[in-house]
Amino acid sequence: MAGHKETFITKYLFSYDHKMISRQFLLTGTAMAFVGMAMSLLFRLQLAFPGESFAVLNFFLGDKWAPDGVLDPNMYLALVTIHGTIMVFFLLTAGLSGTFANLLIPLQIGARDMASGMLNMLSYWFFFLSSVIMIASLYVESGPASAGWTIYPPLSALPQAMPGSGTGMTLWLVSMSLFVVSSLLGGLNYIVTVINLRTKGMNMLRLPLTIWALFVTAILGVLSFPVLFAAVLLLIFDRTFGTSFYLSDIYIAGEALDHTGGSPLLFQHLFWFLGHPEVYIIILPALGISSEVISTNSRKPIFGYRAMVGSILAIGFLSFIVWGHHMFITGMNPFVGAVFTFTTLLIAIPSAVKAFNYLSTLWKGSIRYTPAMMFSIGMVSTFITGGVTGIILADAALDVNLHDTYFVVAHFHIVMGLSAVMAMFAGVYHWFPKMWGRMLNKKLGFVHFWLTFITAYGVFFPQHFQGLAGVPRRYYANTEFPLFDGLSDISYMVTMFAMVGGLTQFIFLFNLVYSMFKGPKAPQNPWGSNTLEWTTPVEHVHGNWHGDLPVVHRWAYDYSKPSKDGNDYRIPGQDFVPQTVPLEEGEIDGEGH
Amino acid sequence: MTALLFSLVIILGIVSIIQMLRVFDLSNSLKGTDEIQVNNQETNNIRWAFVVFFLGFFAFFIYLVSAFGDQLLPQSASLHGVEYDWLMDLNMIIIITAAGLTHILLMVFIFKYAKNVSPKATFVTHNNRIELIWTTTPAIVLTIIVIYGISAWNAMLMDKPEDSINIELYARQFDWTARYAGEDNQLGKANYRMISTTNALGVINSSTIDDRLNEYDDQISELEASREKVFQGGVSDDEILDKIILVKKNRAAVLQYEEQSKNENFDIANDDIITKVEFHIPVNKSVNFSIRSQDVLHSAFMPHFRAQMNAVPGVITNFYFTPIVTTKEMKKITGNPEFDYLLLCNKICGAAHYNMQMNIIVETEEEYNKWLSEQPKFNVAQAQ
Repeated sequence: MAGHKETFITKYLFSYDHKMISRQFLLTGTAMAFVGMAMSLLFRLQLAFPGESFAVLNFFLGDKWAPDGVLDPNMYLALVTIHGTIMVFFLLTAGLSGTFANLLIPLQIGARDMASGMLNMLSYWFFFLSSVIMIASLYVESGPASAGWTIYPPLSALPQAMPGSGTGMTLWLVSMSLFVVSSLLGGLNYIVTVINLRTKGMNMLRLPLTIWALFVTAILGVLSFPVLFAAVLLLIFDRTFGTSFYLSDIYIAGEALDHTGGSPLLFQHLFWFLGHPEVYIIILPALGISSEVISTNSRKPIFGYRAMVGSILAIGFLSFIVWGHHMFITGMNPFVGAVFTFTTLLIAIPSAVKAFNYLSTLWKGSIRYTPAMMFSIGMVSTFITGGVTGIILADAALDVNLHDTYFVVAHFHIVMGLSAVMAMFAGVYHWFPKMWGRMLNKKLGFVHFWLTFITAYGVFFPQHFQGLAGVPRRYYANTEFPLFDGLSDISYMVTMFAMVGGLTQFIFLFNLVYSMFKGPKAPQNPWGSNTLEWTTPVEHVHGNWHGDLPVVHRWAYDYSKPSKDGNDYRIPGQDFVPQTVPLEEGEIDGEGH
Repeated sequence: MTALLFSLVIILGIVSIIQMLRVFDLSNSLKGTDEIQVNNQETNNIRWAFVVFFLGFFAFFIYLVSAFGDQLLPQSASLHGVEYDWLMDLNMIIIITAAGLTHILLMVFIFKYAKNVSPKATFVTHNNRIELIWTTTPAIVLTIIVIYGISAWNAMLMDKPEDSINIELYARQFDWTARYAGEDNQLGKANYRMISTTNALGVINSSTIDDRLNEYDDQISELEASREKVFQGGVSDDEILDKIILVKKNRAAVLQYEEQSKNENFDIANDDIITKVEFHIPVNKSVNFSIRSQDVLHSAFMPHFRAQMNAVPGVITNFYFTPIVTTKEMKKITGNPEFDYLLLCNKICGAAHYNMQMNIIVETEEEYNKWLSEQPKFNVAQAQ
């Protein structure tokens, strides 16, 4: 690879280099996130001021979808749908895993690049194509897909049922199929790389937790995304070729359709067989990033490394046998509901272990408040707040009155959305020096953190109260039921926080773009970290290391390790011991026993 | 309101920009590592800010409870609703305690172990005993939650009383219809191919079979006629041909019901009663809802009764409960003379999803029987 001649195209567009691909994922993911966020602000306007006219709605959506500035109910559903799709898949799956798996896997395991640079490049370009098609679907005359991000048939299968189920849904399905291809190419590559390309001495129990998390995430993706692909394919068959996988006994638009014997529940089973592992595909990398950032900035080993690895594996395994908790009241046999209640509540145990381990990592630490650390602390808080309400929703009996209400919206936005976004910010602040060789502005980071943290809770916490009062999600307006009249203040409050929170993200965007070009040069190891990525040159080189690959002698968490002869630190005057430092005679590695 | 919103957003925008510029002034004057590393003054500010934030968060929680607490879980009005509310309270106490304690620990740790007051970290890698404790404690608590949860779930959905009143809830874009089983307490059969303008639920009895066959015959001859016209113009129309095949298939299916009617009594549908806009149920009697859908997924959500079940085309789903408070009593309890129990749609079903509703009237058995006897039976309503 060295001495390979580079043109603009091979360096910036069709690059095989994992560091460049990682940047491409981050920038595309960020761009998609801004689209998704803008959509949420548009529909929040309608929810706070139902039926009122806004010039801004007319400006963005035009006369067809916002005549006189009043949002059309079909467009409301379209915005909700595409917001969900973009945030779940394009930001938190591809944006998060794509960025950090590509950046960190080779750098932290001591590899020159991914196992296959070619597949890696294809993974990004399939993602890019998929993003372009998803954005293009916004401009279709009958409107983008509007059946909710879960696209349950028959609503999504029948263009007679809503305008969004026409061409918009076709494009959605095509886009998601390409997305699955991207995800599989990436995932296979991550798995192979972690298994085969670890440098000398980097055995599995010396891997940083980021790598463990990204590794298990990739396995989950490879096992579950094909099922979504199957679900999408069968839906395309039903829509186009007149098959009846999901459709039966339907009378619509004055016509009895010729579909019998299909079941909408089949789609839900297939969808959630991906859909539930999917939320762990989102949250595991977030947990991995936080582990790394919290340990480094507490100047303390992560508490219970083996327990953390065990929890990641347990969560990964359990995530495949809990999908039915999305379907308690869909007409599934109630006995099955009881089984899924049990398996779902099991997942709370490894999750609780992780939360406690974060707390005890902070305990007796020496905490350094970098913006990355603050976002990680925010992540621990949102993971707990959002996680505990999962216990209520996992309970089939309690789910009866909360299913599809704002309580669910609050729960998953906090535990999966906020936690993952917080960790993603933490990751960007922490590894920006590695990605661009420059530093992000610290003070803008502080401002960004506080406004984000406050508004995030302000947006999602009050929604629990709406949900408990029975307000259903995906309602264009809550004005038709006198039952909800007393809750309009909450809608108003949420929208206000959302506006400020949305605006805040421009501070981040500014910081990101400004620092890319004008930020101060990054030192070799700005955070005093042990992991291998900080031994590579600040300026990117193909193959990552000049000369030989580093050899690993210890785990990644020897922070503040005392020396055997009673000195404060193992290396005098330095409170961390990089993984490349050989063990002394008699020195215990890792947790030891 | 709009003006207020925009002015607030604009003010905050300006504040953010000023803040940004100020920060750049500051950071330009600083050089070297100080720009990168967090100094002690900042650390001190941040640890206090976290304390203020978490206290503010707790205060926000208390404010929300005091402002909206009385509207949470609207007054329950069914037998299992009482148990549901008890279970919810138990779970809420557990999770609020768990989240509260961990947040307090988080707050204390980030305050106490900030770098400026705790310059040196202690090297601790793990502790098997304490890890065992915090693995088994949640396990035990969750076992309790699982046991109570599953037994409540079984009682709600798996132990249906034998003598329930049978009522069908029928969903379509975008309204609800209720159908009572009548004196025999048996709902007549129905099929989507039987649906017509006069028989919106597709109920099957001997007269609707005849009507439907005639309608299909008419449709076929109409379509054939229009096809003739197309042929005369020299063009064949595949769409019309497809339509004829579909109608013929539908007709064949209906014809089968005519065959079946020789062995099976479809006329149990004759005493069924169909109502729209509102439906009545008697207090203290178990009611069993059979839920059907005409077109897409819907969900029958009755929050006061802690009841919800999806309506799935092609499947009949069930939910049953026993109402224990009449509408009249509930008007007194809530102090709201306008009060009505509601049936909402709670599964995205299209543009007017947000306004797909029906009122539920709970009354004494005498009132209920009187009301029911005033409603026309299905065969009578059909004949009109």
